[in-house]
Amino acid sequence: MKLLGDVARWFAEPAHYQGPDAVQTRILEHLEVSGLAVLVGVLVALPIGLYLGHTGRLGFIAVNIANIGRAIPSLAAIALAIPIAGTLLGVQNGLGFWPTFLALIPLALPPVLTNAYVAVRAVDRDVIEAGRGMGFSEAGILREIELPLALPLILAGIRTAAVNVVATATLGALVAFGGLGRYIVDGLGLQEYDRLFAGALLVALLAIAVEVALGTFERAAVSPGIRVQQGAL
Amino acid sequence: MTEGEPLIRWDWIASHLDEFALRLAEHVELTVIAVGVGFVIAFALSLVILRVPRAEGPITAVTGTMYTIPSLALFALLIPYTGLTILTAEIGLVSYTLLILIRNIVRGIRGVPPDVREAAVGMGYAPREVLLRIELPLALAVIIAGVRVATISTIGLVTVTSLIGQGGFGFLILIGIQRFFTTELIAGAVLSVALAIVADALLVLLQRRLTPWARAE
Repeated sequence: MKLLGDVARWFAEPAHYQGPDAVQTRILEHLEVSGLAVLVGVLVALPIGLYLGHTGRLGFIAVNIANIGRAIPSLAAIALAIPIAGTLLGVQNGLGFWPTFLALIPLALPPVLTNAYVAVRAVDRDVIEAGRGMGFSEAGILREIELPLALPLILAGIRTAAVNVVATATLGALVAFGGLGRYIVDGLGLQEYDRLFAGALLVALLAIAVEVALGTFERAAVSPGIRVQQGAL
Repeated sequence: MTEGEPLIRWDWIASHLDEFALRLAEHVELTVIAVGVGFVIAFALSLVILRVPRAEGPITAVTGTMYTIPSLALFALLIPYTGLTILTAEIGLVSYTLLILIRNIVRGIRGVPPDVREAAVGMGYAPREVLLRIELPLALAVIIAGVRVATISTIGLVTVTSLIGQGGFGFLILIGIQRFFTTELIAGAVLSVALAIVADALLVLLQRRLTPWARAE
């Protein structure tokens, strides 16, 4: 119980809200690198997933890429990004933001790609045939029929990617990046358990907040008609 | 990365094979305990869900929240209580396996065709026999699919436990990062991924051995 008192005092300490190590700065750093990585991941993986789903090509790869992604340990992804960032961007960029950012992108790709593929494939073939009969172009079918019907699963894939990325961004602190992982890694190194525990709480709350926020957005963004249909299944 | 240093120094790798074997043993031990204990807990909770369907919501909510909490944060939350020990690592690793394992065990047993179950009851099987001799064998393919996913993610997560003094191959990655020595961190990362691939292949073989009837389909 003494620890919880220490942690409460840590949060109450005004010095922890000032300077480069301020709580709000660390949260923003964490969200910035995560948001950028998810954005790049979606921009790359979503068009590929939609296209493969629409054409039905390379289904085996599209479905299994999520499993391959899971096999890459997050710590290994961060570690391997050090020499990659160092080689691509110069040794001075081999630590900090760039390796963290580069390591997070491949973690965002698999769930987005796999879910987009599965979601488009799962659209009722009769609906697509009806669209074709009504004179929709292939792009029109994808945009007007498949995309809206696939939206719930696509958004779920983006949510999975975002939660994974926010979780792994914590490890960026090991390669001299900021973010909330800083408190955990520094707390471990200095054996300051109040800082360690406070950082862990912040990271856990941030991950849960991202999960809940994107889940709420999903429910708001999905057409009510589709929701009823899913409930009926 | 230091200027002029090659990305991989093969002589270093050749002279550290003993250490790789030691880290492999650690990594396998951490993984087997986590998936084994996780399976026992998940199996018990799955039986609860199958008997009391109302329990599914709360159990999924709790295991889902555990799954959402980043691994390093979960370990960090445990350290003040259980220290830098294998217990801290295993509590975290086990809790990450639960969501996947419970989902597959429940889905697998619910997927058993009702007429098969009825036929067994009609033939005089007791509830325990129905579970052990009918439902489990038929659900085995789905259950092992869950064990595969749990094993692969656990092997990845074990590397993170290097930060709390455990880690297997993760230890090589961590030391590699701290010393800026790319050979060691690449070796740790590649060996960890390789272990995941081998473990997955072994589980596929196990599944084929245990469910020979599935091959004919």
